[in-house]
Amino acid sequence: MPKSGIRDFFAIVSQMKDAVSLGIGEPDFVTPFHIRDVAISALERGHTSYTDNRGLIALRKEISKYVAANYGAEYNPETEIITTVGVSEALDAVLRAILNPGDKVIYHEPCYVSYCPSIKLCHAEAIAVETKAEDKFAITIEALRKAWQPGVKALLINFPTNPTGGTASRELLEEIAKFAIEKDMLVISDEIYSELTFDGNHTSIVSIPGMRERTVFLHGFSKAYAMTGFRVGYACGPADIIDGILKIHQYGILCAPTISQEAAIEALRNGRKSMLEMREKYRERRDFIVRRFNELGLRCHSPRGSFYAFPDITSTGLSSMEFAKGLLSAERVAMVPGTAFGSCGEGFCRASFSTSYANIDEACLRIERFLKSLKH
Amino acid sequence: MNKVLKLILEGEQLSSEQMARVLELTPAEVEAQIAQLKDEKILLGWRPVLNPSFDEETRVRAVIELKVSPEVSGGFDRVAERISQFDQVESCYLMSGAYDLLVIVNADNLYKVANFVHNRLARIDGVLSTGTHFMLRAYKESGYAIAASEAPERLPVTQ
Ligand SMILES: Cc1ncc(COP(=O)(O)O)c(C=O)c1O
Repeated sequence: MPKSGIRDFFAIVSQMKDAVSLGIGEPDFVTPFHIRDVAISALERGHTSYTDNRGLIALRKEISKYVAANYGAEYNPETEIITTVGVSEALDAVLRAILNPGDKVIYHEPCYVSYCPSIKLCHAEAIAVETKAEDKFAITIEALRKAWQPGVKALLINFPTNPTGGTASRELLEEIAKFAIEKDMLVISDEIYSELTFDGNHTSIVSIPGMRERTVFLHGFSKAYAMTGFRVGYACGPADIIDGILKIHQYGILCAPTISQEAAIEALRNGRKSMLEMREKYRERRDFIVRRFNELGLRCHSPRGSFYAFPDITSTGLSSMEFAKGLLSAERVAMVPGTAFGSCGEGFCRASFSTSYANIDEACLRIERFLKSLKH
Repeated sequence: MNKVLKLILEGEQLSSEQMARVLELTPAEVEAQIAQLKDEKILLGWRPVLNPSFDEETRVRAVIELKVSPEVSGGFDRVAERISQFDQVESCYLMSGAYDLLVIVNADNLYKVANFVHNRLARIDGVLSTGTHFMLRAYKESGYAIAASEAPERLPVTQ
Protein backbone atom coordinates (compact mmCIF):
# COMPACT_ATOMS: atom_id res chain seq x y z
CA MET A 1 0.00 0.00 0.00
CA PRO A 2 1.48 3.39 -1.03
CA LYS A 3 1.93 6.30 1.38
CA SER A 4 -0.41 9.25 0.94
CA GLY A 5 0.78 11.41 -1.99
CA ILE A 6 0.25 14.43 0.22
CA ARG A 7 3.10 13.32 2.46
CA ASP A 8 5.70 13.77 -0.31
CA PHE A 9 4.54 17.31 -0.85
CA PHE A 10 4.55 18.03 2.81
CA ALA A 11 8.18 16.94 3.02
CA ILE A 12 9.22 19.37 0.26
CA VAL A 13 7.15 22.32 1.45
CA SER A 14 8.19 22.08 5.06
CA GLN A 15 11.84 22.51 3.98
CA MET A 16 11.06 25.62 1.97
CA LYS A 17 11.34 29.17 3.23
CA ASP A 18 8.63 31.71 2.31
CA ALA A 19 6.47 29.11 0.58
CA VAL A 20 2.82 30.07 0.29
CA SER A 21 0.71 27.05 1.04
CA LEU A 22 -2.71 26.38 -0.43
CA GLY A 23 -2.23 22.82 0.75
CA ILE A 24 -3.68 23.06 4.22
CA GLY A 25 -6.55 20.68 4.82
CA GLU A 26 -7.72 22.15 8.07
CA PRO A 27 -9.25 25.40 9.34
CA ASP A 28 -6.77 28.26 9.71
CA PHE A 29 -8.72 29.48 12.74
CA VAL A 30 -7.86 28.41 16.24
CA THR A 31 -10.71 26.76 18.12
CA PRO A 32 -13.11 29.47 19.41
CA PHE A 33 -12.04 30.46 22.90
CA HIS A 34 -15.29 29.54 24.65
CA ILE A 35 -14.67 25.95 23.54
CA ARG A 36 -11.02 25.96 24.61
CA ASP A 37 -12.11 27.52 27.90
CA VAL A 38 -14.34 24.55 28.65
CA ALA A 39 -11.42 22.22 27.93
CA ILE A 40 -9.23 24.24 30.30
CA SER A 41 -11.86 24.05 33.05
CA ALA A 42 -12.24 20.32 32.51
CA LEU A 43 -8.52 19.95 33.05
CA GLU A 44 -8.56 22.24 36.09
CA ARG A 45 -11.36 20.27 37.65
CA GLY A 46 -9.47 17.06 37.06
CA HIS A 47 -11.78 15.48 34.49
CA THR A 48 -9.01 13.20 33.34
CA SER A 49 -10.42 9.71 33.65
CA TYR A 50 -11.80 7.38 30.98
CA THR A 51 -15.37 7.82 29.85
CA ASP A 52 -17.93 5.26 28.80
CA ASN A 53 -16.66 3.51 25.65
CA ARG A 54 -19.44 5.19 23.69
CA GLY A 55 -18.49 8.60 25.08
CA LEU A 56 -20.02 10.86 27.71
CA ILE A 57 -23.79 10.46 27.76
CA ALA A 58 -24.16 14.26 27.94
CA LEU A 59 -22.25 14.50 24.66
CA ARG A 60 -24.27 11.74 23.03
CA LYS A 61 -27.48 13.52 24.05
CA GLU A 62 -26.23 16.76 22.50
CA ILE A 63 -25.22 14.90 19.34
CA SER A 64 -28.64 13.31 19.19
CA LYS A 65 -30.36 16.72 19.40
CA TYR A 66 -27.97 18.30 16.93
CA VAL A 67 -28.33 15.55 14.34
CA ALA A 68 -32.11 15.53 14.67
CA ALA A 69 -32.29 19.30 14.25
CA ASN A 70 -29.81 19.64 11.39
CA TYR A 71 -29.83 16.35 9.50
CA GLY A 72 -33.35 15.07 9.96
CA ALA A 73 -32.88 11.73 11.73
CA GLU A 74 -33.35 10.78 15.37
CA TYR A 75 -30.82 8.55 17.09
CA ASN A 76 -31.04 7.06 20.55
CA PRO A 77 -28.06 8.37 22.54
CA GLU A 78 -27.85 5.12 24.53
CA THR A 79 -27.63 2.68 21.64
CA GLU A 80 -27.26 4.42 18.29
CA ILE A 81 -24.43 6.92 18.80
CA ILE A 82 -20.75 6.37 19.49
CA THR A 83 -18.06 9.00 20.02
CA THR A 84 -14.75 8.35 18.28
CA VAL A 85 -11.28 9.77 17.77
CA GLY A 86 -12.32 11.95 14.85
CA VAL A 87 -14.18 10.84 11.77
CA SER A 88 -10.94 9.03 10.94
CA GLU A 89 -11.52 6.41 13.62
CA ALA A 90 -15.25 6.24 12.93
CA LEU A 91 -14.61 5.54 9.26
CA ASP A 92 -12.02 2.86 9.95
CA ALA A 93 -14.17 1.19 12.61
CA VAL A 94 -17.37 1.15 10.58
CA LEU A 95 -15.57 -0.41 7.62
CA ARG A 96 -14.01 -3.05 9.86
CA ALA A 97 -17.38 -3.66 11.51
CA ILE A 98 -19.30 -4.34 8.32
CA LEU A 99 -16.77 -5.78 5.86
CA ASN A 100 -15.57 -9.32 5.40
CA PRO A 101 -12.58 -10.10 3.22
CA GLY A 102 -13.65 -9.98 -0.41
CA ASP A 103 -16.62 -7.66 0.12
CA LYS A 104 -16.85 -4.66 -2.14
CA VAL A 105 -17.37 -0.99 -1.41
CA ILE A 106 -18.20 1.71 -3.93
CA TYR A 107 -16.87 5.21 -3.30
CA HIS A 108 -16.54 8.30 -5.47
CA GLU A 109 -13.29 9.85 -6.68
CA PRO A 110 -11.59 12.31 -6.41
CA CYS A 111 -11.97 11.79 -2.69
CA TYR A 112 -10.39 12.03 0.70
CA VAL A 113 -7.10 10.14 0.69
CA SER A 114 -8.11 7.65 3.39
CA TYR A 115 -11.10 6.03 1.73
CA CYS A 116 -9.51 3.58 -0.67
CA PRO A 117 -6.70 2.49 1.72
CA SER A 118 -9.14 2.09 4.62
CA ILE A 119 -11.32 -0.20 2.53
CA LYS A 120 -8.29 -2.19 1.39
CA LEU A 121 -7.02 -2.53 4.94
CA CYS A 122 -10.20 -4.57 5.54
CA HIS A 123 -9.15 -6.87 2.68
CA ALA A 124 -12.17 -5.62 0.80
CA GLU A 125 -12.32 -4.39 -2.76
CA ALA A 126 -12.60 -0.66 -3.38
CA ILE A 127 -14.57 0.33 -6.47
CA ALA A 128 -14.13 3.95 -7.53
CA VAL A 129 -16.84 5.90 -9.34
CA GLU A 130 -15.50 8.94 -11.13
CA THR A 131 -17.10 12.32 -10.62
CA LYS A 132 -16.65 15.06 -13.16
CA ALA A 133 -16.23 18.81 -13.28
CA GLU A 134 -19.23 19.16 -15.62
CA ASP A 135 -21.42 17.64 -12.86
CA LYS A 136 -19.79 19.91 -10.29
CA PHE A 137 -18.24 16.74 -8.91
CA ALA A 138 -21.54 15.27 -7.74
CA ILE A 139 -21.87 11.54 -8.31
CA THR A 140 -24.27 10.55 -11.11
CA ILE A 141 -26.72 7.73 -10.78
CA GLU A 142 -25.69 6.36 -14.21
CA ALA A 143 -22.06 6.06 -13.14
CA LEU A 144 -23.16 4.45 -9.92
CA ARG A 145 -25.28 1.85 -11.74
CA LYS A 146 -22.40 1.09 -14.06
CA ALA A 147 -19.98 0.59 -11.17
CA TRP A 148 -22.23 -1.71 -9.18
CA GLN A 149 -21.47 -5.42 -9.21
CA PRO A 150 -22.58 -8.39 -7.14
CA GLY A 151 -20.91 -8.43 -3.74
CA VAL A 152 -21.09 -4.68 -3.13
CA LYS A 153 -21.92 -4.29 0.51
CA ALA A 154 -21.67 -0.55 0.98
CA LEU A 155 -21.53 2.81 -0.68
CA LEU A 156 -19.28 5.44 0.87
CA ILE A 157 -20.22 9.04 0.13
CA ASN A 158 -18.79 12.39 1.18
CA PHE A 159 -20.71 15.59 0.43
CA PRO A 160 -19.46 18.32 0.53
CA THR A 161 -16.42 16.55 -0.87
CA ASN A 162 -12.76 16.88 -0.03
CA PRO A 163 -11.05 17.81 -2.48
CA THR A 164 -13.63 19.04 -4.99
CA GLY A 165 -16.20 20.88 -2.89
CA GLY A 166 -18.88 18.88 -4.71
CA THR A 167 -22.28 18.58 -3.04
CA ALA A 168 -25.39 16.50 -3.63
CA SER A 169 -28.91 17.84 -4.13
CA ARG A 170 -31.89 16.27 -2.42
CA GLU A 171 -33.05 14.82 -5.77
CA LEU A 172 -29.70 13.14 -6.33
CA LEU A 173 -29.65 11.75 -2.79
CA GLU A 174 -33.15 10.38 -3.35
CA GLU A 175 -31.94 8.56 -6.45
CA ILE A 176 -28.89 7.23 -4.61
CA ALA A 177 -31.19 6.11 -1.78
CA LYS A 178 -33.49 4.29 -4.17
CA PHE A 179 -30.52 2.54 -5.72
CA ALA A 180 -29.08 1.60 -2.33
CA ILE A 181 -32.41 0.09 -1.30
CA GLU A 182 -32.77 -1.74 -4.62
CA LYS A 183 -29.30 -3.31 -4.28
CA ASP A 184 -29.54 -3.72 -0.51
CA MET A 185 -26.39 -1.68 0.14
CA LEU A 186 -25.42 0.09 3.32
CA VAL A 187 -24.49 3.73 2.96
CA ILE A 188 -21.65 5.32 4.91
CA SER A 189 -22.02 9.07 4.75
CA ASP A 190 -19.07 11.22 5.82
CA GLU A 191 -20.64 14.65 6.38
CA ILE A 192 -17.67 16.32 8.05
CA TYR A 193 -17.93 19.44 5.84
CA SER A 194 -21.72 19.72 6.02
CA GLU A 195 -21.83 22.94 8.08
CA LEU A 196 -19.54 24.51 5.52
CA THR A 197 -22.22 24.58 2.81
CA PHE A 198 -22.33 28.06 1.37
CA ASP A 199 -25.30 28.24 -0.94
CA GLY A 200 -28.60 26.82 0.29
CA ASN A 201 -28.88 24.09 2.90
CA HIS A 202 -27.06 20.82 3.25
CA THR A 203 -29.24 17.73 2.86
CA SER A 204 -28.28 14.48 4.50
CA ILE A 205 -29.10 11.11 3.02
CA VAL A 206 -30.28 9.99 6.48
CA SER A 207 -33.32 12.27 6.13
CA ILE A 208 -34.59 10.32 3.13
CA PRO A 209 -37.27 7.76 3.97
CA GLY A 210 -35.92 4.24 4.23
CA MET A 211 -32.31 5.37 4.68
CA ARG A 212 -31.95 5.80 8.41
CA GLU A 213 -31.93 2.02 8.91
CA ARG A 214 -29.23 1.42 6.28
CA THR A 215 -26.99 4.43 6.77
CA VAL A 216 -24.08 5.09 9.08
CA PHE A 217 -23.77 8.82 9.52
CA LEU A 218 -20.25 10.05 10.29
CA HIS A 219 -19.52 13.49 11.57
CA GLY A 220 -17.13 15.38 13.80
CA PHE A 221 -15.90 18.68 15.11
CA SER A 222 -12.64 19.12 13.18
CA LYS A 223 -13.81 21.32 10.34
CA ALA A 224 -16.94 23.19 11.43
CA TYR A 225 -15.58 24.13 14.85
CA ALA A 226 -11.89 24.28 13.95
CA MET A 227 -11.13 21.46 16.39
CA THR A 228 -8.82 19.19 14.37
CA GLY A 229 -6.35 18.66 17.19
CA PHE A 230 -9.04 17.71 19.71
CA ARG A 231 -9.58 14.46 17.81
CA VAL A 232 -13.26 13.92 18.33
CA GLY A 233 -15.98 12.69 15.99
CA TYR A 234 -18.93 10.31 16.04
CA ALA A 235 -20.97 7.72 14.22
CA CYS A 236 -24.77 7.41 14.31
CA GLY A 237 -26.57 4.41 12.92
CA PRO A 238 -28.63 1.31 13.57
CA ALA A 239 -27.85 -0.24 16.98
CA ASP A 240 -26.42 -3.47 15.59
CA ILE A 241 -23.84 -1.65 13.47
CA ILE A 242 -22.97 0.74 16.31
CA ASP A 243 -22.47 -2.35 18.50
CA GLY A 244 -20.03 -3.69 15.92
CA ILE A 245 -18.15 -0.40 15.91
CA LEU A 246 -18.23 -0.39 19.71
CA LYS A 247 -16.36 -3.69 19.88
CA ILE A 248 -13.54 -2.46 17.67
CA HIS A 249 -13.43 0.88 19.48
CA GLN A 250 -13.57 -0.72 22.92
CA TYR A 251 -10.62 -3.00 22.28
CA GLY A 252 -8.58 -0.69 20.09
CA ILE A 253 -9.16 2.79 21.47
CA LEU A 254 -11.24 2.56 24.66
CA CYS A 255 -12.66 6.08 24.44
CA ALA A 256 -12.21 9.43 22.75
CA PRO A 257 -10.18 11.93 24.82
CA THR A 258 -12.27 13.03 27.80
CA ILE A 259 -11.30 16.69 27.67
CA SER A 260 -12.09 16.80 23.97
CA GLN A 261 -15.50 15.30 24.61
CA GLU A 262 -16.28 18.07 27.07
CA ALA A 263 -15.11 20.67 24.57
CA ALA A 264 -17.34 19.03 21.97
CA ILE A 265 -20.38 19.44 24.24
CA GLU A 266 -19.63 23.16 24.41
CA ALA A 267 -19.27 23.35 20.63
CA LEU A 268 -22.71 21.81 20.14
CA ARG A 269 -24.38 23.89 22.84
CA ASN A 270 -22.87 27.29 22.13
CA GLY A 271 -20.68 27.10 19.05
CA ARG A 272 -23.13 28.02 16.33
CA LYS A 273 -22.30 31.72 16.25
CA SER A 274 -18.55 31.19 15.89
CA MET A 275 -19.14 28.46 13.33
CA LEU A 276 -21.28 30.80 11.21
CA GLU A 277 -18.66 33.54 11.43
CA MET A 278 -15.97 31.17 10.21
CA ARG A 279 -18.21 29.92 7.43
CA GLU A 280 -18.80 33.47 6.24
CA LYS A 281 -15.04 34.02 6.07
CA TYR A 282 -14.55 30.84 4.10
CA ARG A 283 -17.33 31.92 1.73
CA GLU A 284 -15.66 35.28 1.08
CA ARG A 285 -12.31 33.65 0.49
CA ARG A 286 -13.90 31.09 -1.81
CA ASP A 287 -15.39 33.86 -3.93
CA PHE A 288 -12.01 35.55 -4.13
CA ILE A 289 -9.91 32.52 -5.04
CA VAL A 290 -12.39 31.17 -7.58
CA ARG A 291 -12.60 34.55 -9.30
CA ARG A 292 -8.81 34.89 -9.38
CA PHE A 293 -8.28 31.40 -10.79
CA ASN A 294 -10.77 32.05 -13.56
CA GLU A 295 -9.17 35.43 -14.30
CA LEU A 296 -5.83 33.65 -14.63
CA GLY A 297 -7.32 31.21 -17.11
CA LEU A 298 -7.51 28.24 -14.73
CA ARG A 299 -11.10 27.20 -15.09
CA CYS A 300 -12.58 26.68 -11.66
CA HIS A 301 -16.14 25.98 -10.56
CA SER A 302 -17.36 27.62 -7.38
CA PRO A 303 -17.46 24.85 -4.74
CA ARG A 304 -20.79 24.81 -2.91
CA GLY A 305 -19.20 23.45 0.23
CA SER A 306 -15.90 22.67 2.04
CA PHE A 307 -12.86 24.95 1.94
CA TYR A 308 -11.30 23.59 -1.23
CA ALA A 309 -11.22 24.94 -4.75
CA PHE A 310 -10.35 22.45 -7.48
CA PRO A 311 -9.13 24.36 -10.53
CA ASP A 312 -8.65 22.71 -13.92
CA ILE A 313 -5.02 23.06 -14.94
CA THR A 314 -5.21 21.26 -18.32
CA SER A 315 -4.92 24.58 -20.21
CA THR A 316 -1.23 24.58 -19.20
CA GLY A 317 -0.59 21.32 -21.02
CA LEU A 318 0.94 19.92 -17.84
CA SER A 319 -0.15 16.97 -15.75
CA SER A 320 -1.34 17.70 -12.20
CA MET A 321 1.91 16.46 -10.76
CA GLU A 322 4.03 18.45 -13.22
CA PHE A 323 1.99 21.55 -12.50
CA ALA A 324 2.18 21.16 -8.72
CA LYS A 325 5.90 20.37 -8.74
CA GLY A 326 6.70 23.11 -11.27
CA LEU A 327 4.75 25.71 -9.32
CA LEU A 328 6.38 24.68 -6.10
CA SER A 329 9.92 24.85 -7.39
CA ALA A 330 9.51 27.96 -9.57
CA GLU A 331 7.28 30.06 -7.32
CA ARG A 332 7.14 28.26 -3.99
CA VAL A 333 3.37 27.88 -3.99
CA ALA A 334 1.99 24.58 -2.70
CA MET A 335 -1.14 23.05 -4.17
CA VAL A 336 -1.92 19.36 -3.98
CA PRO A 337 -2.06 17.54 -7.34
CA GLY A 338 -5.55 16.18 -8.05
CA THR A 339 -4.12 12.70 -8.56
CA ALA A 340 -3.40 12.47 -4.83
CA PHE A 341 -7.19 12.01 -4.52
CA GLY A 342 -7.60 9.36 -7.20
CA SER A 343 -6.48 8.96 -10.80
CA CYS A 344 -9.49 10.87 -12.12
CA GLY A 345 -8.17 13.93 -10.29
CA GLU A 346 -5.72 14.23 -13.21
CA GLY A 347 -5.99 17.68 -14.76
CA PHE A 348 -6.84 19.36 -11.44
CA CYS A 349 -5.12 20.63 -8.33
CA ARG A 350 -6.58 21.21 -4.89
CA ALA A 351 -6.25 24.70 -3.45
CA SER A 352 -7.39 25.21 0.11
CA PHE A 353 -8.84 28.65 0.79
CA SER A 354 -8.61 28.17 4.50
CA THR A 355 -5.95 30.87 4.62
CA SER A 356 -5.63 34.67 4.70
CA TYR A 357 -6.54 37.03 1.87
CA ALA A 358 -2.90 38.07 1.76
CA ASN A 359 -1.79 34.44 1.20
CA ILE A 360 -4.41 33.80 -1.45
CA ASP A 361 -3.53 37.05 -3.17
CA GLU A 362 0.19 36.34 -3.10
CA ALA A 363 -0.31 32.76 -4.28
CA CYS A 364 -2.39 33.98 -7.23
CA LEU A 365 0.21 36.59 -8.23
CA ARG A 366 2.87 33.87 -8.18
CA ILE A 367 0.66 31.47 -10.14
CA GLU A 368 0.12 34.22 -12.70
CA ARG A 369 3.89 34.59 -13.07
CA PHE A 370 4.27 30.82 -13.36
CA LEU A 371 1.62 30.61 -16.08
CA LYS A 372 3.33 33.41 -18.03
CA SER A 373 6.68 31.61 -17.78
CA LEU A 374 5.10 28.50 -19.31
CA LYS A 375 4.09 30.44 -22.43
CA HIS A 376 7.71 31.37 -23.23
CA MET B 1 -21.73 47.71 5.69
CA ASN B 2 -19.36 49.37 3.25
CA LYS B 3 -17.23 46.58 1.69
CA VAL B 4 -13.94 48.38 2.23
CA LEU B 5 -14.75 48.99 5.88
CA LYS B 6 -15.75 45.35 6.36
CA LEU B 7 -12.44 44.21 4.91
CA ILE B 8 -10.46 46.64 7.08
CA LEU B 9 -12.28 45.42 10.18
CA GLU B 10 -11.31 41.82 9.48
CA GLY B 11 -7.90 42.95 10.66
CA GLU B 12 -5.59 41.70 7.92
CA GLN B 13 -3.22 44.46 6.95
CA LEU B 14 -3.71 44.73 3.19
CA SER B 15 -2.38 47.31 0.75
CA SER B 16 -4.81 49.25 -1.47
CA GLU B 17 -3.71 47.02 -4.36
CA GLN B 18 -4.52 43.86 -2.38
CA MET B 19 -7.87 45.23 -1.22
CA ALA B 20 -8.63 46.22 -4.79
CA ARG B 21 -8.07 42.65 -6.02
CA VAL B 22 -10.15 41.17 -3.23
CA LEU B 23 -13.05 43.58 -3.78
CA GLU B 24 -12.86 43.87 -7.58
CA LEU B 25 -12.18 47.61 -7.42
CA THR B 26 -9.29 49.72 -8.63
CA PRO B 27 -6.74 50.87 -6.02
CA ALA B 28 -7.95 54.43 -6.66
CA GLU B 29 -11.52 53.42 -5.84
CA VAL B 30 -10.38 51.75 -2.61
CA GLU B 31 -8.49 54.89 -1.62
CA ALA B 32 -11.45 57.10 -2.48
CA GLN B 33 -13.70 55.00 -0.26
CA ILE B 34 -11.21 55.17 2.59
CA ALA B 35 -11.03 58.96 2.16
CA GLN B 36 -14.80 59.10 2.30
CA LEU B 37 -14.90 56.99 5.49
CA LYS B 38 -12.52 59.54 6.97
CA ASP B 39 -14.59 62.49 5.79
CA GLU B 40 -17.64 60.97 7.40
CA LYS B 41 -15.64 60.49 10.62
CA ILE B 42 -16.37 56.77 10.54
CA LEU B 43 -12.71 55.90 10.15
CA LEU B 44 -10.77 58.28 12.37
CA GLY B 45 -7.31 57.17 11.38
CA TRP B 46 -4.60 54.53 11.64
CA ARG B 47 -2.24 54.02 14.52
CA PRO B 48 0.20 51.23 15.27
CA VAL B 49 -0.74 49.12 18.28
CA LEU B 50 2.37 48.83 20.43
CA ASN B 51 2.93 46.58 23.36
CA PRO B 52 2.75 49.07 26.28
CA SER B 53 5.67 47.38 28.02
CA PHE B 54 7.79 48.13 24.93
CA ASP B 55 8.53 51.57 26.41
CA GLU B 56 7.69 50.92 30.04
CA GLU B 57 10.94 52.57 31.11
CA THR B 58 9.87 55.88 29.72
CA ARG B 59 6.06 55.94 29.60
CA VAL B 60 3.32 55.59 32.14
CA ARG B 61 -0.37 55.29 31.50
CA ALA B 62 -3.11 56.29 33.86
CA VAL B 63 -6.86 56.16 33.97
CA ILE B 64 -8.49 59.17 35.57
CA GLU B 65 -12.07 59.29 36.77
CA LEU B 66 -13.58 62.76 36.83
CA LYS B 67 -16.74 64.05 38.41
CA VAL B 68 -17.97 67.06 36.54
CA SER B 69 -20.89 69.37 37.14
CA PRO B 70 -22.98 69.47 34.00
CA GLU B 71 -23.71 72.83 32.42
CA VAL B 72 -27.17 74.04 31.51
CA SER B 73 -26.16 74.47 27.91
CA GLY B 74 -24.04 71.65 26.57
CA GLY B 75 -24.01 69.26 29.53
CA PHE B 76 -20.57 67.67 29.79
CA ASP B 77 -19.45 68.46 26.26
CA ARG B 78 -17.51 71.64 26.87
CA VAL B 79 -15.37 70.15 29.63
CA ALA B 80 -14.90 66.86 27.81
CA GLU B 81 -13.92 68.52 24.57
CA ARG B 82 -11.51 70.80 26.35
CA ILE B 83 -9.84 67.86 28.11
CA SER B 84 -9.62 65.96 24.83
CA GLN B 85 -7.43 68.72 23.37
CA PHE B 86 -4.44 67.85 25.57
CA ASP B 87 -1.83 65.74 23.78
CA GLN B 88 -1.35 63.53 26.81
CA VAL B 89 -4.98 62.46 26.63
CA GLU B 90 -5.29 59.29 24.63
CA SER B 91 -9.03 58.74 25.10
CA CYS B 92 -11.88 60.50 26.83
CA TYR B 93 -15.33 59.04 27.43
CA LEU B 94 -18.56 60.07 29.14
CA MET B 95 -19.58 57.26 31.48
CA SER B 96 -22.65 56.18 33.37
CA GLY B 97 -22.25 55.36 37.06
CA ALA B 98 -20.16 56.71 39.89
CA TYR B 99 -18.24 59.30 37.87
CA ASP B 100 -18.76 61.20 34.65
CA LEU B 101 -15.64 61.30 32.50
CA LEU B 102 -13.04 58.60 32.05
CA VAL B 103 -9.76 59.96 30.75
CA ILE B 104 -6.81 57.82 29.70
CA VAL B 105 -3.50 59.66 29.70
CA ASN B 106 0.02 58.85 28.61
CA ALA B 107 3.02 60.63 30.08
CA ASP B 108 6.77 60.25 30.44
CA ASN B 109 6.62 59.56 34.14
CA LEU B 110 4.48 59.50 37.21
CA TYR B 111 5.20 63.10 38.15
CA LYS B 112 4.04 64.37 34.82
CA VAL B 113 0.73 62.58 35.30
CA ALA B 114 0.48 64.03 38.79
CA ASN B 115 1.19 67.50 37.48
CA PHE B 116 -1.32 67.11 34.70
CA VAL B 117 -4.04 66.09 37.12
CA HIS B 118 -3.17 68.72 39.68
CA ASN B 119 -2.39 71.69 37.45
CA ARG B 120 -4.64 71.06 34.52
CA LEU B 121 -7.58 68.76 35.07
CA ALA B 122 -8.42 69.68 38.65
CA ARG B 123 -8.40 73.35 37.78
CA ILE B 124 -10.85 73.22 34.95
CA ASP B 125 -14.09 74.96 35.79
CA GLY B 126 -16.74 72.36 36.44
CA VAL B 127 -14.40 69.53 37.48
CA LEU B 128 -15.51 68.48 40.97
CA SER B 129 -13.12 65.65 41.77
CA THR B 130 -10.51 63.36 40.24
CA GLY B 131 -9.42 59.79 40.94
CA THR B 132 -6.21 58.59 39.30
CA HIS B 133 -5.26 54.95 38.73
CA PHE B 134 -1.94 53.92 37.23
CA MET B 135 -1.88 50.99 34.85
CA LEU B 136 0.50 48.28 36.00
CA ARG B 137 0.50 45.81 33.18
CA ALA B 138 -1.28 45.22 29.86
CA TYR B 139 -2.70 41.83 28.99
CA LYS B 140 -4.62 42.80 25.89
CA GLU B 141 -4.21 45.92 23.82
CA SER B 142 -6.78 46.96 21.20
CA GLY B 143 -7.76 43.37 20.50
CA TYR B 144 -4.23 41.91 20.63
CA ALA B 145 -3.55 39.50 23.48
CA ILE B 146 -0.02 40.19 24.63
CA ALA B 147 0.87 36.97 26.42
CA ALA B 148 -0.39 34.79 23.57
CA SER B 149 2.56 32.63 22.66
CA GLU B 150 3.77 31.72 19.20
CA ALA B 151 1.23 30.71 16.58
CA PRO B 152 0.40 27.01 16.81
CA GLU B 153 2.51 24.78 14.65
CA ARG B 154 0.48 23.90 11.60
CA LEU B 155 1.50 21.41 8.93
CA PRO B 156 1.86 23.24 5.60
CA VAL B 157 0.17 20.49 3.61
CA THR B 158 -2.45 18.12 5.03
CA GLN B 159 -5.00 15.67 3.79
C1 LIG C 1 -13.60 13.98 4.05
C2 LIG C 1 -12.87 13.86 5.33
N1 LIG C 1 -13.25 12.93 6.22
C3 LIG C 1 -12.61 12.78 7.39
C4 LIG C 1 -11.53 13.57 7.73
C5 LIG C 1 -10.86 13.32 9.05
O1 LIG C 1 -11.41 14.11 10.02
P1 LIG C 1 -11.18 13.92 11.59
O2 LIG C 1 -10.30 15.07 12.00
O3 LIG C 1 -12.56 14.04 12.19
O4 LIG C 1 -10.57 12.61 11.82
C6 LIG C 1 -11.10 14.56 6.84
C7 LIG C 1 -9.94 15.42 7.17
O5 LIG C 1 -9.34 16.06 6.36
C8 LIG C 1 -11.79 14.72 5.62
O6 LIG C 1 -11.42 15.65 4.73
